[in-house]
Amino acid sequence: MSTAKQAKPQTQVSLGMLLLKGRTFIALAILLIFFSFRAPNFTEWGSVVLMVKHASIYGLLALGMTMVIITGGIDLSVGSIVGLTGMMAGGMLIEGIHLPWIAGTIYPNVPLILLIVFALAVFVGFCSGQLIARLKVPAFIATLGAMYICRGAAMLRSGGATFPNLFGDAAKGNLGFDLIGAGSIPGVDVPYSIIIFIVMALIAAFIMKKTPLGNQIYAVGGNERAAQLSGIKINKVKVFVYIFSALLAAMSGIIMTSQLRAAHPANGESWEMNAIASVVLGGTSMSGGVGTIGGTIIGVAVITVLNDGMIMMGVSSFWQMVIKGVVIIVAVVIDLVQKDLQKKAALVARLK
Amino acid sequence: METTHTPVMEALGITKLYPGTVALKDVDFSVYPGKVNVLIGENGAGKSTLMKILAGIEKPTEGKVLLDGREVHFANTREASGHGVGIIHQELNLFPEMRVADNMFAGKEVNNYGVIDRKTQAKLAVKVLDKLQPGINPSEMMRNLRVGQQQIVEIAKTMLEENLKVLIMDEPTSSLSNAEVEVLFKLIEDLKAQGIAIIYISHRLEEIIRIGDFVTILRDGHRVADAEVKDISINWIIEHMVGHSNLTIEKIPYEGEHEPVMTITDYTLPRLGGGYTVDHASFTLHKGEVLGIYGLMGAGRTELVECLMGLHPESTGTMVLAGETIARPTITGQIARGMVLVPEDRQRDGLVQTMSIANNLLLTSIPQFTKNGVIRKDQCKKAVDCTVHDMQIKVADVKHQITSLSGGNQQKVVIGKCVMANARVFMMDEPSRGIDVGAKTDIFILMRRFAAQGNGVIFVGSELKEIITVCDRVLVMSNGKLTADLSGTEITEAALVAASAANLFTGKAATIEGSVVQ
Repeated sequence: MSTAKQAKPQTQVSLGMLLLKGRTFIALAILLIFFSFRAPNFTEWGSVVLMVKHASIYGLLALGMTMVIITGGIDLSVGSIVGLTGMMAGGMLIEGIHLPWIAGTIYPNVPLILLIVFALAVFVGFCSGQLIARLKVPAFIATLGAMYICRGAAMLRSGGATFPNLFGDAAKGNLGFDLIGAGSIPGVDVPYSIIIFIVMALIAAFIMKKTPLGNQIYAVGGNERAAQLSGIKINKVKVFVYIFSALLAAMSGIIMTSQLRAAHPANGESWEMNAIASVVLGGTSMSGGVGTIGGTIIGVAVITVLNDGMIMMGVSSFWQMVIKGVVIIVAVVIDLVQKDLQKKAALVARLK
Repeated sequence: METTHTPVMEALGITKLYPGTVALKDVDFSVYPGKVNVLIGENGAGKSTLMKILAGIEKPTEGKVLLDGREVHFANTREASGHGVGIIHQELNLFPEMRVADNMFAGKEVNNYGVIDRKTQAKLAVKVLDKLQPGINPSEMMRNLRVGQQQIVEIAKTMLEENLKVLIMDEPTSSLSNAEVEVLFKLIEDLKAQGIAIIYISHRLEEIIRIGDFVTILRDGHRVADAEVKDISINWIIEHMVGHSNLTIEKIPYEGEHEPVMTITDYTLPRLGGGYTVDHASFTLHKGEVLGIYGLMGAGRTELVECLMGLHPESTGTMVLAGETIARPTITGQIARGMVLVPEDRQRDGLVQTMSIANNLLLTSIPQFTKNGVIRKDQCKKAVDCTVHDMQIKVADVKHQITSLSGGNQQKVVIGKCVMANARVFMMDEPSRGIDVGAKTDIFILMRRFAAQGNGVIFVGSELKEIITVCDRVLVMSNGKLTADLSGTEITEAALVAASAANLFTGKAATIEGSVVQ
């Protein structure tokens, strides 16, 4: 075996491999072209903004999910965190916080509400993370449990009812909640929700690419034992990704509640599946160690365009589900085929 | 080898490549009927791979397998067993929650139009079981059987095939009690009498001498020797297993004071089920010294260095490292103090296969190359390039995947990672395993250089020549105990072999393979 020859398979990039690697991007382009012709209103500014708004809400979940999956885990609790945080925010806005020891009720202002809700999400993520990292509970089980607990808590908050009309009250000093989702930068008509998503995506990409933590996230997912023996505090890394994921879910929950101006306990149901689908479409490996934030954003775009495009075309919601399922499976199959081909090419090249 | 027998099965010119390693290189192996054909070698020598190829679990990259003189290509174990080649794995492949007969027929159930015919199965099972060891009830739950009995069921499984010709046994005695071993040996005699060829893989040299007929020794994927067991001794086997490479390494002297860098006292790691994996070990490592820890497989060498690194929280003992007394070592703590471990199994414990060469090198040290928490790309690149050059790692581009490198260069990356973490105490567990001769020499030169720079180096090894050539002082370990502390001219092959066999026959411990890391 000669060492000089080992690098060869990587320097010869064939066109086929290039097409395989950029497949999600190509799929997105095909979808965009297809819907531009077939769906009425698809290319109007209004619909574009609407789609990006949808993408932002789902996308926040997918950003956190990417990090979790890269560590080799999974977070099933994000959808119910969306519901729980919306309910907590809505409840505080309408009913305030009852303080038994002064026998009164205080009405926190909007920034304080956000702070409390985010703290709650951090707590949920911290608990899941501890269970997974220290007690070695499988991530699937730990976050499945968290999912039920959060959904149940969301229902309990109002007895299953909706908190409507979340505009706030000048007398209570909590105006402005609806602006988070509905407001936009004056003049350019870019909603805050989109800005929030872009900022969070940049932060996530920054962590993954530019900080030691990001490197350690990849290392933990790639080979946990080797990471541990290299002195990486694998428990801290794991707890971080679940906290970050829960925090992003809380942001998503707040934005959605604000846009609807109402909090319903079933909000965000099964969104974790959308998030996982986007992450996988974006090329992140479910077995950990491989994936990028950029890939996930393309994955989110594919899922959203597919969803909204089909709605605009008037495809029945039942068919939408079937088509989404097919797209996800095909994407993963192509991913596996590509990896297999690469491995074989590398081995064959070494034998020569 | 001169022999009048005709082999029933032959492997000719087998080569097997895995990403990063050459597991087998042009290996021939003959299996004689009615004989125990022993396959022996240290971990990573290629025994398991050869065995898997014969049993149809893996396909050779090159070479062919002959059965009764005809070339065969087994697609899987089912096909192999159809041809009369059975295998018993070291880990028993049984279903504890199923009955004995159901276990034996798993995957090849006797059925009438898809309905399992349990009666016939039980009848057939009894027929085979009684031949082996009467008294195992085929309707008993598997989990209620003792390990020895379970192993007999495994053997019975392979004997369901009418025409069993070759039976491969991978470390069959590793989980058996002494009485069960006797039963197994008697069974092997019976199978021999039936003309069945046994391929026997074991680390227990005394067993091989006792029941083996032919022995083939593998080292680093090459066949190094074969012989008839009646002509050889344990020492002959050890010599061939551990090798005779012609190594000359210049021992550059360390100019400074040889003050102690690490002193450990009474380090002990209890073993599940009684006894000790590491048995009250005490020694001192000095600056500028390459300290060898020699011993056979399972002597407790790996566990000893793992304890020092903090991988076994249940270990006890006192450690003084660079003047600091450490009660309870942790991995991150030890690394911060400058102690590093180059693990025995670099694929499992040393490398992150999904990452690039550069990122593998930076695994431990990346927090050093940041400014306000942000990675400084330029500093990383400089440090990585410097290490790659310094350690002569042959890479086309450090951004390539780590798996694109050869085994030797991968090992250099693992060592490079430790160097970049500013290590003062290098513990290297079998750093030369599974890599080519050139890379081995490079790694030994590096070890001498680390020592000459005033660091302490521990070299855990099982190749006599390597230990003798590289080390200033050698501790010999056997059955968890340190049995010798040799330096200078005392380090001879004879002394090492004697000390490593000192505890061998008194206990079973020295031959239990592998280690469990929590």
